[in-house]
Amino acid sequence: MTQATPDAETLGLGASPERGAPRASRGGAGAALASPRRRNSKIAATVVLLAIAVAFIIPLGWILLAAFDSAATVSVKLPTSVTLDNFTQIMNVDTTFRPLGNSFIISMGTAVITVLCSVLAAYPLSRYAMRWRKPFLYGILFGTCLPITAMMVPVYALFVAFGLLDNLWGTVLFLAATSLPMAIWMTKNFMDSIPISLEEAAWVDGASAMTALWRIVVPLMRPGIAVVFIFVFTQAWGNFFVPFVLLFSESSQPAAVAIFGFFGTYGTISYGRLAAFSILYSVPVLALYLLVQRLSGSSFAMAGAVKG
Amino acid sequence: MATLALDGRDGRGTGDGGEPGRTRVPASRRALQQVLRTSPLLPAVVLLALFLLGPIVYSLYGSLTNASLTGPRAANPEFIGLDNYAQLFDNPQFWKSLVLTLVFVIASALIGQNVLGMALALLLKTAHGPVRAFVSTIVVVAWVLPEIVAAFALYAFFASDGTLNIILGWFGMEGRAWLVVAPMVSVIIANVWRGTAFSMMVYSAALAEVPPEITEAAEIDGASGWQRFTRITIPMIRRSISTNLMLTTLQTLGVFTLIWVMTAGGPGVESSTLPVLAYQEAFKFSQVGYGTAIATVTLILGGLFAIVYIKALKPEVD
Repeated sequence: MTQATPDAETLGLGASPERGAPRASRGGAGAALASPRRRNSKIAATVVLLAIAVAFIIPLGWILLAAFDSAATVSVKLPTSVTLDNFTQIMNVDTTFRPLGNSFIISMGTAVITVLCSVLAAYPLSRYAMRWRKPFLYGILFGTCLPITAMMVPVYALFVAFGLLDNLWGTVLFLAATSLPMAIWMTKNFMDSIPISLEEAAWVDGASAMTALWRIVVPLMRPGIAVVFIFVFTQAWGNFFVPFVLLFSESSQPAAVAIFGFFGTYGTISYGRLAAFSILYSVPVLALYLLVQRLSGSSFAMAGAVKG
Repeated sequence: MATLALDGRDGRGTGDGGEPGRTRVPASRRALQQVLRTSPLLPAVVLLALFLLGPIVYSLYGSLTNASLTGPRAANPEFIGLDNYAQLFDNPQFWKSLVLTLVFVIASALIGQNVLGMALALLLKTAHGPVRAFVSTIVVVAWVLPEIVAAFALYAFFASDGTLNIILGWFGMEGRAWLVVAPMVSVIIANVWRGTAFSMMVYSAALAEVPPEITEAAEIDGASGWQRFTRITIPMIRRSISTNLMLTTLQTLGVFTLIWVMTAGGPGVESSTLPVLAYQEAFKFSQVGYGTAIATVTLILGGLFAIVYIKALKPEVD
């Protein structure tokens, strides 16, 4: 039985119920569902998955429950009294709106600069053969790997030298530079999939390369550009360490740093308000993530950069 | 694969500098054309040079000075050669920090995220549809959340009167101040919680590309589930595995926020990985030169990983 020949299998001789399963699944999904072993493994997989899901939900659940709890603590519990007080208390300019506004300015500025630069840079990289194109692309790939947190000390020193400390636009330029390597890779890969024959037609008609880029290539790769834009925006939105080091006046700090203030400076932490702020701060990126999934299929933006 | 094909487009375009339909171009025009063509790269190159290459070069130089945050040495740092490194390599705290960093990276990225990510990808393949959607959404949400929010959520989970201890209490077990007693274990689990989604997505995509006929054929030949996984599936997706190992390694090497919020590197320096130590030395103790030396070591470490990563990808690149 253990060494059943393929012939015996195909003839259906001596096939045990389990042995029958693979052939059934080749025959059709309905047949595979009927196999007891497949069903058992399916149930086992479901049970294990649900257990893992519980482990992932608990910390998330704390944020959700604490935000609506008038007496929130660090532990997960059903609110003793459900309230929106935590939200109403933080709904003011100083606590919430200005930090979120700063986050928006930083993320928007970073994403716009990054996308503009990477579309421009991707064009010659995608269209022309240049002697140093390959080393340049390798350098960019190397750049995507650098741990930015390790660079913050020299970056700080550099910002002191440039006089850019506590300058919103300095921070934006730095964030744009750090997201450029990944963005150039993704943009170039999206651009590579636009056939060059369309531009050749435009060139014959006398259009310059830049005209062809803006009139033909960019409109065609709009979804790809949107993916890169959202990817960069989300990263800048969630970045804590860079503004934490480079921006110190409250008027320019983004939400990521403001939220740390909740946690660190006031003697007793109001966990309810912290959780409420966390939700307000997280919702935009969760929404953008859903959008990016729509735009790029299910495999997220990494698809453009990591896997083909 | 196509997305990493550096040379995939060499055949197209205007290889030797002439546009279609224009074969003879004078040398000077060609040089001008080259400049014009590469000029769109300029904004990106300037930004990268100023803010990425600049700090790296500065990092190498700054680590050779005694720069400080305040006082006379902030304005006029002196060149002190390799003193910072000598001091660094003499300091047991640095070696401890290096070991902690390696433990953190190996335990949470190489093992934790990859094994759990692969397990999730395999389980998701066999599970029921709605369960699959639900579980993958939950895992991905943990990854999409801003890092600092994830850090708060896990701080609350591990805190001494936090959720974990309450759950342990249900089973009659005694709670502990996990962030003090086991800071490294806490931040390692936290990083697995946050980062597993990435591996899960990479492996799900890779598994989806393994042709089912091959594993089915092996099943017919009597291979067990484990044999099919180790002998067929793993070799077929090994490129995704090596890519993912490297990416998670590099991401984890740079983790700061999670550790800073949960333990601030403490108690003492019990969970100070290299980025945390560099931050503390440079910004809390104002030893910019010394902090830069630590940063440089981290960058070199990242650079080594990156070279391995790029080498591992090379077959795909060429």
